[in-house]
Order: sequence, then C-alpha cells, then structure tokens
Amino acid sequence: MSFNYLSTIIFLPVAGAIIIALVPRLSSRQIKYIAALFTLIPLAISLGLFAAFDRSAAMAGQMQFEEFASWIPLINANYHLGVDGLSLPLVVLMSLLGFLAVLLSWKMNLRVREYFAWLLLLETSILGVFTSLDLLLFFIFWEIEIIPMYFLISIWGAGRKEYSAMKYVLYTLFGGALMLAGILSLYFTTGSLNMVEIAQTDLAPLVTSIPLAAIFFLLLAGFAVKLPIIPLHTWLPDAHTDAPTAVSVILAGTLIKMGGYAMIRISIGIFPQAAQDYAPLLLGLAAVNVVYGAAVTLKQTDIKRLIAYSSISHMGFVLLGIFALGEASLVGAGLQMFSHGIITGLLFAVAGIVMHNTGERDISKLGGLARQMPAIAVIFTIAGLGAMGVPTTSGFIAEVTIFLGAFASNVVSGVQIYTIISLLGILLAAAYTLWLLQRVFFGPVLEKFNQVRDADNLEKIYCAIFIALIFLVGLYPMILTDVFRTGIAPIAALFGG
Amino acid sequence: MNLELLLPELSLLITAIAVIMLDLFTERKGLLTVVSIAGLAIAAGFAITMWGTAPQAIFNNMLAVDNYALFFKLLFLGIAVLVILVSVDYVSKFARFHGEYHALVLLATLGMMLMTAATDLISIFVALELAAISFYVLVGFLKDKKSTEASLKFVLLGGVASAVLLFGMALTFGFTGTTQLPEIAQVIKGMSTQSLLANPGLILGLVLMIAGFGFKIAAVPFHMWVPDVYEGAPTPITLYLSVGSKVAGFAVILRVFYSAFALPEPLSLDWGMIFAILGAIGMTLGNVVAIQQANIKRMLAYSSIAHAGYIMIGLAAIGLSPTTDTLAQSSILFYVVAFTLADLAAFITVIAVSGKLGSDQISDYAGMGKQAPILALALSLGLISLIGLPPTAGFIAKFYIFSDAVSNGLLWLVIIAVLNSTISAYYYLRVVKVMWLNEPVGEGKVPSSFTLRLALAISCLGILLLGIAPDFIIKLAEMATSMFGF
Repeated sequence: MSFNYLSTIIFLPVAGAIIIALVPRLSSRQIKYIAALFTLIPLAISLGLFAAFDRSAAMAGQMQFEEFASWIPLINANYHLGVDGLSLPLVVLMSLLGFLAVLLSWKMNLRVREYFAWLLLLETSILGVFTSLDLLLFFIFWEIEIIPMYFLISIWGAGRKEYSAMKYVLYTLFGGALMLAGILSLYFTTGSLNMVEIAQTDLAPLVTSIPLAAIFFLLLAGFAVKLPIIPLHTWLPDAHTDAPTAVSVILAGTLIKMGGYAMIRISIGIFPQAAQDYAPLLLGLAAVNVVYGAAVTLKQTDIKRLIAYSSISHMGFVLLGIFALGEASLVGAGLQMFSHGIITGLLFAVAGIVMHNTGERDISKLGGLARQMPAIAVIFTIAGLGAMGVPTTSGFIAEVTIFLGAFASNVVSGVQIYTIISLLGILLAAAYTLWLLQRVFFGPVLEKFNQVRDADNLEKIYCAIFIALIFLVGLYPMILTDVFRTGIAPIAALFGG
Repeated sequence: MNLELLLPELSLLITAIAVIMLDLFTERKGLLTVVSIAGLAIAAGFAITMWGTAPQAIFNNMLAVDNYALFFKLLFLGIAVLVILVSVDYVSKFARFHGEYHALVLLATLGMMLMTAATDLISIFVALELAAISFYVLVGFLKDKKSTEASLKFVLLGGVASAVLLFGMALTFGFTGTTQLPEIAQVIKGMSTQSLLANPGLILGLVLMIAGFGFKIAAVPFHMWVPDVYEGAPTPITLYLSVGSKVAGFAVILRVFYSAFALPEPLSLDWGMIFAILGAIGMTLGNVVAIQQANIKRMLAYSSIAHAGYIMIGLAAIGLSPTTDTLAQSSILFYVVAFTLADLAAFITVIAVSGKLGSDQISDYAGMGKQAPILALALSLGLISLIGLPPTAGFIAKFYIFSDAVSNGLLWLVIIAVLNSTISAYYYLRVVKVMWLNEPVGEGKVPSSFTLRLALAISCLGILLLGIAPDFIIKLAEMATSMFGF
C-alpha cells in the first residue's frame, strides 16, 4: 500500500484542529469552512475505500489498507492500522457524521475556535478506535476521546452540563481503567499487542496466573460502559441530553458504537470460549437493556432524554445480536449499529432544530408543530419510523436480521427466550415513538409557536442526507451486509455458526 | 584516585562556591543565574562524555560511576537548570541572599547526584544529608510564617527520618559486617534462607531503611510533612522537592534494594510485598485526600504522594522477581522522568500565576483560560499527564510500569492503581474546569518572564514527546539499568 489512506483519514481532522487552534485572526466563518473541509476530505476518502474494498470471500477476515510501523519496540507496540468488513462501515459512518456534525454546528457562535478544534479532535480519536489493530494504540484513541468530549459537553452543553460532563468522564475512565488492566493481562498472556495476531492464537493453552475469564470481564467492563449495558448506563442520558446537538449526534451515532465494535472484535473475536460460556448472562442483560430501556423511554418528558433512553433500548438489540453468536445475528448487530447511527443521529439533529427554533425541550409544552414546522414534522416522522423499525427503513432490516439470526442461532442454548423477550422492545419502540410524534407535532396548534421558523435550507440538506441513507440501507442492505459479512464470517466461524 | 570521574560533581561544587563569592562583588544578580546555569551545563557536559563507558567504582567502592548514576545525574542537572530558570521571577521576592539561594540549589543538586552514585551505606547517608540540609534551608527562605513553620517541620521530621534510616543501616551493618552494597549482597547470599528469615535483625534493618527512605519519597505513612512543606516553601523549591528530592529517593532505594537485598528470593518477596502495600495505601490516600484540597500546592503535594504510590508498584514488581525481571527498573526510570515533566509543567504555571495573583487557591484560577491561555494550556497538559491520559508521557509511563507489574502477578495492585487514576481525574480536571469554564475574577494578563516561558515550553514539549515517541527515553532507561545489578 503506497499511500496511507487510513492515516490520512484519521489525522486530517486533527490537522484541521491544529490549524484552527493556531492560526490567529480566523473569522468564525473561515473556521467553519476549514472544519468542513477537513471533515469532507476524510469522508471522500473513506467512501473511496468503501468502494475499493475487496468483498470477495477470499478476503474474509483479512485486513485491508493495512499500515504498519514500529513504534515502541521494547514493549512490542506498533503503529498498526487496518480495516476489515467489520470496521469499514463504522469508519464511513464516523467520517459522515463528522462532516454532518460540522454542518449541524453551523449556527454555533460561542467560542467557535475551541469548539471546532475539539470537535475535530473527537473525530480523530473515534476514527482511530475503529482502525487501530494494536491494543495500545486502540486504547490510546479510546481514552483521547474523553478530553474533547469533556469540554464539548461542559462548555457548549445545556442544563446540568458540568455535572454530566464529569459523570461521563468518570464513567469512561472507570471502564477504561479496567480495560487497561485487561489489555495488560492479555499482553502478559500472549506477549503481543497485535489484535489480529492474538485473535488467531488459541489462548487456552497459554494459561497463566490470570484466568482468561477475568481478562474477558476486565475488557468487557470498558466496552459495557460505552455501549452501554445496564447498570453501567446512567452516564448516557445525562451526557446525551446535556451535550450540544452535534455532539449528541456523534455520541449516539458512533461513540457508543465503539463498545459494540470492541465487543465483536475483542470480546468474542479473542475470547470465543469465555464469550460462549457467559453468553446467557449477557443475553439476559441485553433483554433487560431492551425492555427496561424502552420502558423508561416511555416516561421521559424531555425530548432529548427520550431519544437518549431509546438508544439504550436499541443498543440492547446490538448486544443481543452479538452474544447470540450466530453469523446472521452478528451481521445484524453490525447493521443495527450503522442504522442506529443514522436514525438516532437524525433524531437528535431534528430534536436539536426543534429545541433551537421553539426554545422548548419539554414535550408536555410542545404540540401541534406539524402546522408550523411542516418540513421538520416530515423529517422527524421518517426518523421515527426508522427507529420503530418500519419496513423499507434501515431500522427494519437491521432488527429483522438480528431477530432471525438470534432465533436461528444454535450456539447458545435458550437464546430464543431472550429473543422473544426482546421482541417486546419493538412494540414499546412503536409506542414511545408514535406517542412522541403525537405529542410534539400533532394535536391542537399552539399559538405561542406561530412565529417559529421551519427548517432552513442547510438543515434540509443534511436531513436529506440522513434520510437518503436510511432508505438506501433499508432498500438495499446488501451494500452493507456484504461488507460486514467479510469481517464477521471468520469470527462467527469460531462458533461453528 | 580517579578524580576525573568526579568531574561533574566537582564542577558543580566549584560553581556553588563561585556563586557565593560572586554575590559579594556584584550588584547584578542576574549574573548569578547565568553562572549557575553555566556550571550546570558544564557538569552535564562532563556527565554526557562518561555515558556508556564501563561502570567503575571509586573511593574504595564508596561511589560508582555507571550509566544508572549518570542517567539520574543528567536528569537532576536538567531539573536544576529549569528550577533556576523559573526562580528568576521568584528570587526578586527575597531582598538578600540571592547568592546563597543559588548556591544551595546547586549543593542540593550535588547531594542528589552523589546519592544516585553512592554504593556504600555511609556515602549514601552523607549524600542524603547534604541534599536534605540544603533543602531545609531553602524551604525556609521566604522567612514568613508559613515558610518558617514548613522549614522547622521539615527539619524535625527529616531529622527523625534520618535517625531511623541510620538505625536501619546500623542494624544491617551489624548483621552483615559491612556497609558496602555489593558485599552485603555477598554476605546475604551466602546464608541459608532459614537462618536469614529466622533472624529479625536484618528484617528490622530493612524495615527501618524503608521508613527512612520512605520519608524522602513521600510514601504513606511517612508523608505527613509533605503538604505543609509544599505549601509553605518557595514554589520553585516545592517544585524541586517534588521532582528532585523524590526522584533521588527512588534512585537510592532502587540501587540499595536491587543490588544488596535482591537475593535470596524469600527476602525480596518480603520487601516487595511491603512496597506493594505501601504503594496501594499511598496512592489511595493521596488521591482521596487531594480531592478536598483548595490550595493547588497542597493538591499537588497529595498528588505527588499518590504518584509515589504508583512508582512503588515498580519496586514491588522487582521484589517479586528480582532475577528475571528486566522491565521494572527501566519502567521506574521512565516513570520518574514522565512524572518530573508533568509536575514541572504544573508547578511552573503555579509560579507564574501566584506571581500575578499572590494566591495559590484553586478558585482563583477561574478564567485563566481567557487571561493566560498559554499558561492554562500548559497546566492542563501537565494535569492530563498526571492523570495518565494519552497522548502524554504520563500515559506511556503508567502503561509501562503497570504492564510489568501485571507480568509479575500484581494484577490486584494494578487494578487498585487504575481505579485510583479514575479518582485522580476528578480533582485534576476540577482545576482544568475552573480555568476554562469559569469566568475570570480579575482583569489583565498574567506576566511571565522569558526564562519561565522557556522552562515551561521545555517541559510541555517533553510531555508530548514522551507521550508520542517514547522510544528514545525508554532506550536510555534500558541502558541505564542494564549495566547495574548482579
């Protein structure tokens, strides 16, 4: 590979951040154009990689566009990047949301320079997580993300922003701390930090003083905070609710996907035995996530908090798909991560517009907005239908794949029960989504919102991009499933499924 | 007698005397800074030329000239340069005694350099006292109430610690019949494990020595002096205590325990476990108490107690497998360098800010991000490195020292340590929050001299360099530790 595409994708945003931070006397308009440019190019390259990606069965499990350089030889750490079918769609998703986040922030006028610098750094760190193949590098990107997120929430957020930001940091650091202990134990057991190499090693004969199940859970703790798995979820509603809109989109869209991605790549890719042993436990938690998350969603009165809780429920589907351990269910989990990224991303984006234009976020005080904001009402409804999993949207195809895959999976006994319980989540999703739509957009028209503007052109453009993607994936899921399958097939093969 | 091997120390001694003499004859006190730095640079030059040569013992095996000692000597010389650079703003506070201040800083440096080179219990003690007495005086230099109280406390407790240390050394001498570290090792190796462990004399000696050295490195429960002294001392001296004196303490401990008491294994398991427990208590207590501090110097004092706990993980790992382990020593060396850089960045900012505000209260840092963005950025970087977040030196240092501990079966200790890092994030980030989120209380910029900004730039670059490309320093640390030992 002559050109380092992945490094370019990862580091262009941070290069933009450095330019924005250091070049004096930039007007806020110039800063926004720089930010847009330095996220648009990575998006273009990642789409190019997506097109050029070799989907043939022969390449299944092979890393593509790999980059390798020795970094700290004494501890066997390398600068090692690569993507396979599992990570590539997430890279595309992140670079897309990174660009859209800049558009979403176009009206930002508070401490613009810092805001866009942190936003770009955030994009770099998440992209780094999805492309790192060295555990130390992976962990570094995983942790770097904390700092920009802390500032983004605590300066530009709303409500109890400082509390939420600190809570987010402490939860993430707590998970990260255990994860670091897990990475060190894994390094001690295998002598390697190379994820690909470790995944190909049979760990069972390498028994040391540290049991494999302990390492599995140390690592899983870090991922579980991110995904999040109940009871480690309480940071999520606070952080999502109080973050500025663009950051909520990135949080819900890709950041929590780091957890799902790492579970597939590391928890089950490296520890198939432990994953199989403890799958019933995690499937149980998945069902709790789905049902409890959805039930709590029903009760919410804050529009953003409601979407945040629905994310917990939707991540339960991902967890179900992952620990059903079947190929189809894993592909479904991947699809659901992508689909949830665009659907919830859109939900947060339009919720942001509603809140910005009406100045109101309490659902009970909103109502009848369909008359005053027709375009927003249509967009919100489409996103809502996606979240409910209505056919032709990506949400439908992702959830159906998970359920069929999990139901048919014969790796874990009793998976059918958890699947059936989780089906309740679909029902509840329809309830809270339709109820939300009804309360916000329908019903009697309220006088006080007569002066409220509808979406402007820029907002319509980025919403259109989201909607196009929702239907593209919904109608032609092959575009993603083909890619996911090349990455997931070898992992699923570990379980004979 | 190989005096040329002592050239770094001798040139430093001559510089110290020259500075005092010069002080009598010149009115331009800036000259003292220049002469001191020149002397330090010359000493560093001599030390660099010796790097990589075969280790030699001089003065009847009192001192060793090896890479290990040279590594620390260079580190201390570098720190001393930065301390003198940042003192430029500060010494104007003292009406007199500029010469003595500089000379004492140089003498303390000399003492610490000798500490790292000493291979005999007697020379260790003498070097340690040379450094300690210089620090006693420096701490009291402000002559106000707090500074005097700090100095008195430091002298009294330091005296007790020295006595305890000496008692431990005497017991060790009584037990082994020698004060030279290599010979102590020989004597102990020659004994049966049974008789060794049955005899409480040596164990007591070891424990007392750990207590004496523990005072230097601010290990809990010998840390009581730290917050008061750190708060009361002139801030450059606080800085020097926190990075210099502590690092020298670790250098001595590492040499003494590794080269004299490493074998037989049951013995090293004993002291390894002592360090593991002291480390676990130290980091937890340091971090938890730091949360409540309102004064940034006290907060950094407790943070340094916590960091001493992290470094002790490395000592514990050595104790658990003294013969097979190669990474632990270099990981300790790397950690002290990383800690030094981060603490430098933090304290240098504190010096600049207290020069403007006359206060060290964390709440007075409000809005520093607007008033002095460069200083605020440097302090944030230093604090982030102290938390151990990437891409800073602190992260690589933690990774390095923890990975070695895990491979020696200390997973439990590492889990305590990583959870402690999470706790520490709370109070470090609180300072960051105050600086960047709160509205400024005062008006105007925070002035800082060129020398201070230079010192700050060096430490910040170091933090990033060690965080992103740590290989060079890790290699140096490996070289420094590979030659000493058995």
